[in-house]
Amino acid sequence: MINYIIRRILQSIPQLFIISVILFLLMQSFGDPVATLGARTPPKPEDKERLRRQLGLDQPLYVQYIVWLIGNDWMLIDMDGDGIGETPGKRRGVLRGDLGNSLVTRRPVVEMIAERIPNTLILMLTAEILIILFSLGIGVYSALKQYSLWDNVITALSFVGYSMPVFWLALMLIYVFAVNFKRWGLPYLPTVGMFDPQIGKTSLELIRHMVLPVATLTIISVAGYSRYVRSSMLEVLNQDYIRTARAKGLRYWTIVMRHALKNASLPFVTLIGLDLPFLLAGAVVTERIFAWPGMGRLFLDHTARADFPVLMGILMFISVAVVVFQLLTDLVYSFLDPRIRLK
Amino acid sequence: MAVNTSVSNAIEIAPTLPEALSPLQLAWRRFRKHKMAMLGVGMLFLLILYVSLGGIVFAKGYCAPLGQELRYEAWANCADTGQVRQAPSRLYPFGTDSIGRDILSRTIYGGQISLLIGVAAALVQVILGTLIGAIAAYYGGWVDSLLMRFTEAMLNIPSLFLLIVAAKFFGGKLPNINFLGRELTGNVVFIIIIIGLTSWMYLARIVRANVLSLRELDYVAAARALGASNARIILSHLLPNTMAPIIVTATLGVAGAILNEAYVSFLGLGVPSQITATWGNMLDGSYQYIEDAPWLWFFPGTLILLTVLSINFVGDGLRDAFDPRSTRHL
Repeated sequence: MINYIIRRILQSIPQLFIISVILFLLMQSFGDPVATLGARTPPKPEDKERLRRQLGLDQPLYVQYIVWLIGNDWMLIDMDGDGIGETPGKRRGVLRGDLGNSLVTRRPVVEMIAERIPNTLILMLTAEILIILFSLGIGVYSALKQYSLWDNVITALSFVGYSMPVFWLALMLIYVFAVNFKRWGLPYLPTVGMFDPQIGKTSLELIRHMVLPVATLTIISVAGYSRYVRSSMLEVLNQDYIRTARAKGLRYWTIVMRHALKNASLPFVTLIGLDLPFLLAGAVVTERIFAWPGMGRLFLDHTARADFPVLMGILMFISVAVVVFQLLTDLVYSFLDPRIRLK
Repeated sequence: MAVNTSVSNAIEIAPTLPEALSPLQLAWRRFRKHKMAMLGVGMLFLLILYVSLGGIVFAKGYCAPLGQELRYEAWANCADTGQVRQAPSRLYPFGTDSIGRDILSRTIYGGQISLLIGVAAALVQVILGTLIGAIAAYYGGWVDSLLMRFTEAMLNIPSLFLLIVAAKFFGGKLPNINFLGRELTGNVVFIIIIIGLTSWMYLARIVRANVLSLRELDYVAAARALGASNARIILSHLLPNTMAPIIVTATLGVAGAILNEAYVSFLGLGVPSQITATWGNMLDGSYQYIEDAPWLWFFPGTLILLTVLSINFVGDGLRDAFDPRSTRHL
């Protein structure tokens, strides 16, 4: 097991390397961030030149990549343009946990991401728990009552939910539960941010603000996942060992919950495990609509400002999370299914 | 899902039919019996009718700023600042948008572009995915590992994020183009390409898996012995046998591309709305007026929902139709 984990980690290194190269090349399409630099008094060309040297943008691409990767505190930067380096670099590079500084706020990217993660996590984990509960519940119910009226209704609804653009559902929920409830004098839900500044950061406020974004995320995902649970449940229910269990006279719910669901949930574990890191990325659109200060919003805000250290940092962070979750999923899978031996 | 109603038909006509039906014919028979798929085909037909001929019926009106009666796309792009965010009325059945354009006619001309983007991006996706998957599997060795490492790396980056970055930094740099007599923003082409470039990975893996098992079969060895070139073996011997997942992915890819265009444009990074409407860019900024003008997002959003829904119905039907095991469900 330990060997397997170590080998998988070693395998993921070239993968992350390729990802970082793809992203780094993509970021080059931003063009020169200094060229579009603006202020009330536009910076002088020589200042721009200095800034470019300070950020290392005058260096060839491969040098920029190496600096991004391992930092430049071991070399001297040529700030005055005489061809001889004299200022020691300060960056420590991604490999030593330094994602660089934001071009806009000048703050370390690691800090900016760390600040947003709790906000995204609280939204996403709540949604994910509800997604798992509802998908399993609805999926199992549909599978047990295959082709019944309710199964058909659920099938139709899940198709609609699955095809629904996120923004359409979000706007619809806002329109009904915030706009119209307010209009009708009913207690209505807030739609913007995490807290009402006039009430303060209470947990009740947080919950009230979470209802609509969590509902949006949950409905969209449950639609797809419950179909998945239904079909894997149906497959398991048709197998011989279930018939055997029935013939033995086991109670219905014991068969469903212990024998069928446990095996049917195996592929579901994979699905959830592989999707989780993308939830971490934050549902960009949902966070935008509900003005939720999470990772997705951070990404969008800094895309608009061509702040590539931040974008690169967020994308690399997600990629690492994806790799880690892939490994975790495999480990959990081997734990749930003893037939699988990881070697 | 679909009830086995036409079994009796099949029995009636069975004697006149040759014994063996081709897999494609079998698939078509299963598809025809798939109720949801047929519903999807029907809805799609109506939607295509709406966006292709709707302009002749609905797109006309008096454009005050130009002081003349306009028709077709010109009317869809006529911004009458005296008629900003008008609620649906007889004159403007779907209302007007934030700069006073008729939403009904914009959903028609925007729909053409959204469908065009969907189909073209799915095409790019299918060509890329099929070629990369087939080449990786057929040649194997270092070609395979290189292409598959690249595919995995692309899969690990959330595609919407890639799309947003690409849209932001390549957008707005292309000249306008002329397509079927319409002036389009160059961004349309660009959006098609980037959606295709960020969505081919799953298909590449499916095609690779299929070709890997196919290339070991005797008929491929026979083709090679007869002197068929690699390109010929891939294109006319291997790919036709893995057509089912390609067709299904292509269909669902259209829905995915329409959604992706809508997301990117919703975030204000897609096709600019001045000369080319799309269902996506009609939504840009509309959520700011959610209290006062819900029609801004309701109509284009609902059309996207209906289109994606019907394409998903068709895709699901195709998947069942091509799956030989699915007969028991019919």
